[in-house]
Amino acid sequence: MNTCAQTLMPSLPVQAPAPAAAVRHLPGDLAIWVFIFAELLVFGVFFITYAFARSNNVELFNAEQLALDRTSGAVNTVLLLTSSFLVVRAVQFAQAGESRRAAPWLAGAFACGGGFVVVKLFEYAEKIAAGVSLSSSTFHMFYLSLTFFHFMHVILGMVILVAMWNGARNGRYGPDNMNGIETGAAYWHMVDLVWLILFPLIYVMR
Amino acid sequence: MKYSSQSVALPYFIAAIGLFVGQIIFGLAMGLQYVVGDFLFPEIPFNVARMVHTNLLIVWLLFGFMGAAYFLIPEETETELYSPKLALLMFWVFLIAGAATILGYLLVPYSTLAEMTGNNILATMGREFLEQPLLTKIGIVIVALAFLFNISMTMLKGRKTVISIVLLLGLWGLAVFFLFSFYNPGNLVKDKFYWWWVVHLWVEGVWELIMAAMLAFVLIKVTGVDREVIEKWLYVIITLALVTGLIGTGHHYFWIGTPQYWQWWGSIFSALEPIPFFAMTVFAFNMVNRRRREHPNKAAVLWALGTGVMAFLGAGVWGFLHTLAPVNFYTHGSQITAAHGHMAFYGAYVLVVLTIISYAMPLLRGRAANSERSQVCEMWAFWLMTISMVFITLFLTAAGILQVWLQRVSDTPMPFMQVQDQIALFYWMRLWAGVVFSIGLVTYLVSFFVKGESKPLITA
Ligand code: HEM
Ligand code: HEM
Ligand SMILES: [Fe+2]
Repeated sequence: MNTCAQTLMPSLPVQAPAPAAAVRHLPGDLAIWVFIFAELLVFGVFFITYAFARSNNVELFNAEQLALDRTSGAVNTVLLLTSSFLVVRAVQFAQAGESRRAAPWLAGAFACGGGFVVVKLFEYAEKIAAGVSLSSSTFHMFYLSLTFFHFMHVILGMVILVAMWNGARNGRYGPDNMNGIETGAAYWHMVDLVWLILFPLIYVMR
Repeated sequence: MKYSSQSVALPYFIAAIGLFVGQIIFGLAMGLQYVVGDFLFPEIPFNVARMVHTNLLIVWLLFGFMGAAYFLIPEETETELYSPKLALLMFWVFLIAGAATILGYLLVPYSTLAEMTGNNILATMGREFLEQPLLTKIGIVIVALAFLFNISMTMLKGRKTVISIVLLLGLWGLAVFFLFSFYNPGNLVKDKFYWWWVVHLWVEGVWELIMAAMLAFVLIKVTGVDREVIEKWLYVIITLALVTGLIGTGHHYFWIGTPQYWQWWGSIFSALEPIPFFAMTVFAFNMVNRRRREHPNKAAVLWALGTGVMAFLGAGVWGFLHTLAPVNFYTHGSQITAAHGHMAFYGAYVLVVLTIISYAMPLLRGRAANSERSQVCEMWAFWLMTISMVFITLFLTAAGILQVWLQRVSDTPMPFMQVQDQIALFYWMRLWAGVVFSIGLVTYLVSFFVKGESKPLITA
């Protein structure tokens, strides 16, 4: 009786519910990984576009690159690397069932993030005073857009760190409840990773 | 139907379908005017027909969204609607205001309509898609606020699910961005800049949330897949939509007098806009593949899968086609834009509204699913409309490529009207595809009246 309806419908077989078999452990929530993937894609496309734009105008890009403040960039690299290390320590404490001892490490990571923000703000203030704007050149457009887009990610990451710190202080994490802290940690490492590509690409590589 | 107040959705759906018919009639009239220039002149000039065609489209989709919300929210929140009376009152207000506006377009010259309705107090008219007189715009805001009040109050007293929160977020966003239609600065660059905050941030922002929520609701119902799985997908889809779609507005800021960095921002972010649409396609097929039951309403499943595929084609593929600044430099405002506009609107929003109507209508009429014969008829309507829309899109794309070539790329560019003569054949073919579309639409209407043994409603 269903034949006619079936010819008009793509036929898809009914599946039995998937067995809850051994699944490989993915740290944190699957959703954060899809999100991280999407974020990396946006940054990735941005980086590739930068490379194209640069190859069309190497001299200008080099000259303006030289004017960037590599010292503050390097300081920020150290800050983010340190903070990532601190987050790793915090996750290890949570894994060991010592959620409360994870909290100070997360606070330390937050402080490093704060340091990054302050350094970046000084850098921006100086550049803007020197007449750098989104419209002053293609290189400046990329420099400001990319670093600012990343800057916003640092701020979001710091908000997440506060939530993790709060959870750790309340003893929420432990070997059987790692989802929250791993999810946040994955995000923070992503923020770090993007900077590790961004810094050499925009500030150093010629 | 689990809650009696869900029945207020019925008049909304009926009005939506009625206005859909009107939209297509004017589409056909314009399709003919494209090749027989003085058809219906001076009674219904092209610009008036165009206004009626596009405004009816928006209004019937809004009817569809509201009907969907009135149907879906009580079921999701597990409580009766806060005020069914208010919902019915707003139905009549919206219908009468909408009808009066369309009659205004058709019966009096646009400038007279503007004078009659207070455009000299606050000038908001005369911009594509936002042509409505000031009074109508105010009416839309009142209806929207009453509607949101009703839905939000229902939410507050009931269960809060991810689907209903996402839907509500989208609907509030729809109302908030519409407010920019009242802002009409004298500076043409600024005018266009904020005009897109309504048009683009609707279809490539908040409407995507509405669409994802509606699709998720129907998929839960017809597949029986766990809510948790569907909710994860929803989170991912809406984040992707917002991350790419907000700054993606820049793909309309290439050549309107905005700073040059928009060419980079718009190209980069909008190039990623197809991703959430692709995620929706995968989502729809994935859910249907994992389904735990065979729902008797096969037609609704077909519409849902069709939404996934056609939205990705129309918005994702045809959108990407012209979204990079170096390409858009040549294609801006050509028939390629019209091709994309048709398939994207049809694939995403027309189909998602027809999906929920297909799922809800039998329930509103007291049965789990329509009879076999009626469903077969409905599926024919799906294929006729969808395939003819694919052809409309292909013909317009062909016309667009030729147009761009002859008029803009060639070393010896031809003037606009001369090019139009060259591509008239494609306009004829678009018209014939439109005729098939109308046959599909009539088939769709007929499906509601096909009798037969229907699946009884099992009330648990
Ligand atoms: C369901 C979602 C969508 C709908 C309903 C839609 C609809 C439309 C419509 C009606 C227009 C014409 C506006 C006008 O009158 O000027 C338009 C323009 C445009 N759309 Fe979309 N669109 C959608 C998604 C997308 C996506 C995802 C992309 C990019 C990947 C995109 C790229 C564009 C571009 C670049 C234009 C400007 C064309 C020009 O310069 O003439 N659209 N869209
Ligand atoms: C559900 C089906 C339809 C949808 C969603 C739809 C949507 C739209 C939209 C969004 C526009 C504005 C396009 C833009 O600004 O670029 C438009 C314009 C138009 N539509 Fe449709 N339409 C539909 C069916 C039809 C049909 C069947 C025909 C006729 C064969 C038609 C003929 C036209 C014409 C001639 C225009 C004016 C294009 C121009 O200004 O050059 N439409 N439609
Ligand atoms: Fe857009």
